[in-house]
Amino acid sequence: MAERVLMKGNEAIAEAAIRAGCRHYFGYPITPQTEIAAYMAKKMPKIGGVFLQAESEIASINMVYGAAAAGMRVMTSSSSPGISLKAEGLSYIAGSDVPALVVNVQRGGPGLGGIQPSQSDYFQATKGGGHGDYRMIVLAPASVQEMANLTIKGFNLADKYLMTSMILADGTIGQMMEPISFEDAQIETYEKPWALTGTDCKRKHNVVNSLYLQPDQLEKKNFERFERYRQVEENEAMWEEYMMEDAEICVVAFGIASRVAKNAIVAARKEGIKVGLIRPITLWPFPKKPLAAAAEKVNSFISVELSMGQMIEDVRLATQCKKPVSLCNRCGGMIPSPDEVLETIRNAQKGV
Amino acid sequence: MEHHRLTLFAGHYGSGKTNIAVNYAISLARQEKKVCIGDLDIVNPYFRTADSAKRLHEASVELISPQFANTNVDLPALPAEAYRLVQDKTVYGIMDIGGDDRGAYALGRYVPFLKEENNYKMVFVANFCRPLTRTAEEAMEVMREIEAACGLKFTHIVNNTNLGPATDPDVVLDSGTQVQKLCDISGLPLFFTALREDLAPALEEKIPNVFPLQLQEKYFDLPEQQGGI
Repeated sequence: MAERVLMKGNEAIAEAAIRAGCRHYFGYPITPQTEIAAYMAKKMPKIGGVFLQAESEIASINMVYGAAAAGMRVMTSSSSPGISLKAEGLSYIAGSDVPALVVNVQRGGPGLGGIQPSQSDYFQATKGGGHGDYRMIVLAPASVQEMANLTIKGFNLADKYLMTSMILADGTIGQMMEPISFEDAQIETYEKPWALTGTDCKRKHNVVNSLYLQPDQLEKKNFERFERYRQVEENEAMWEEYMMEDAEICVVAFGIASRVAKNAIVAARKEGIKVGLIRPITLWPFPKKPLAAAAEKVNSFISVELSMGQMIEDVRLATQCKKPVSLCNRCGGMIPSPDEVLETIRNAQKGV
Repeated sequence: MEHHRLTLFAGHYGSGKTNIAVNYAISLARQEKKVCIGDLDIVNPYFRTADSAKRLHEASVELISPQFANTNVDLPALPAEAYRLVQDKTVYGIMDIGGDDRGAYALGRYVPFLKEENNYKMVFVANFCRPLTRTAEEAMEVMREIEAACGLKFTHIVNNTNLGPATDPDVVLDSGTQVQKLCDISGLPLFFTALREDLAPALEEKIPNVFPLQLQEKYFDLPEQQGGI
């Protein structure tokens, strides 16, 4: 059996990043993700890496931008209000086509909100947050093991497609503890001929920049970038299907909400209700194919979210509104209970 | 088991202090003792002693918890009431200390009272499945950091080696070497070995002083962890 250790979700992200070759961490503490910074502060000096607590979130994301331009595997982490502060840097990183990993362990919002878990940064992560036409690969772990696996995957995809990967977790998964193993870690490395590493006067210098003086050049750059995004959409969507074979109702939920949903589904099955789950693992690219396929089979969908209903819009788009989609949600740091989800499933069964 | 009036549980964060403190408090209360448990954790935002409030109440254990535990107030402040643990000598007091040296700073203010009364156990909770305390030497380093932060020496060790829901008897048995080594290099006795209660029957004959734990259920435990399907 693989050697396993008991880790907090936040620690698993930090350890996985180190194993993926990340030696540059820039951040600013904020609950509920501070263990990532604490772990990095303890470990990085021992392995020749850089841990730097910046003077602000804005400084830290620009340090990420700089290290990424130099071709380093680099990351930052924060929680909701801190990610808003980083939004400008996220746009510049996208506009410069450099790879980075950004972790958002979400808490309740808007504004300063609270420190309890939330999924209400779904729009910010999947639709923008920063300005301009850009996308980030958004990965939504539902266990501590996935916190580790998706961190490594996030670095790989960022390097492969020259863009930001975001781990969109929530406070609960950041704080909870589960046994994990790193033995199956698939670490990929990519050549970075575009990186600013010094020319030694032997080659033409590289430029990393997001400013284009001619509009047609900027348009061309955007077209090229969106061709890459199209490849990501085609190749990289990930999801889990649970009890979907004979399902008449399809619950859609990611992260911590999917764990609550699974318990509700098991309870509903005991009442004879045929219900299953599609759990998006990538939120962008959104797993449109399995949802479109499910829309041909099931009678209705339920989106379970820790927000006022954000992913539900993508569920409706992916299913082209062929079947009704209802919402089961809590927000502000609250989590739907298995009983609340079960009640929504019962109502869907009755066609309410 | 010999009981001191005060029992303090400290250790690396995530070592299981809160679960052990809650179960120990309840076990004392079952022996007809008047018990009060204090949540002195100023580090952890989630998963606190207060999560077990119902169980503690049912067992007639009094809970002293920071006013803002489990709320949105991220304030490392302890209630004045916590002084009762060290001042009211009619109760058995259990103190649940925050993780690592950072958590142990909060204990410092109570240490003069503890030393004066001199009727306490200061227990180090060890889980050798945690990545930063895989060996006795690493655990010893954390012990020394905590002692320096709070100004109080440990007197006992509890072995709480576990992999959460994946813990099996071998995980506990395999930790025997490291825990013995930690006892040897620290010169401290093993108070007990804590295990999930369902593992106790298999291990009671192989390990001395087994202390079974009833773990706090969580709404996000997966169906397979609950044996639900």
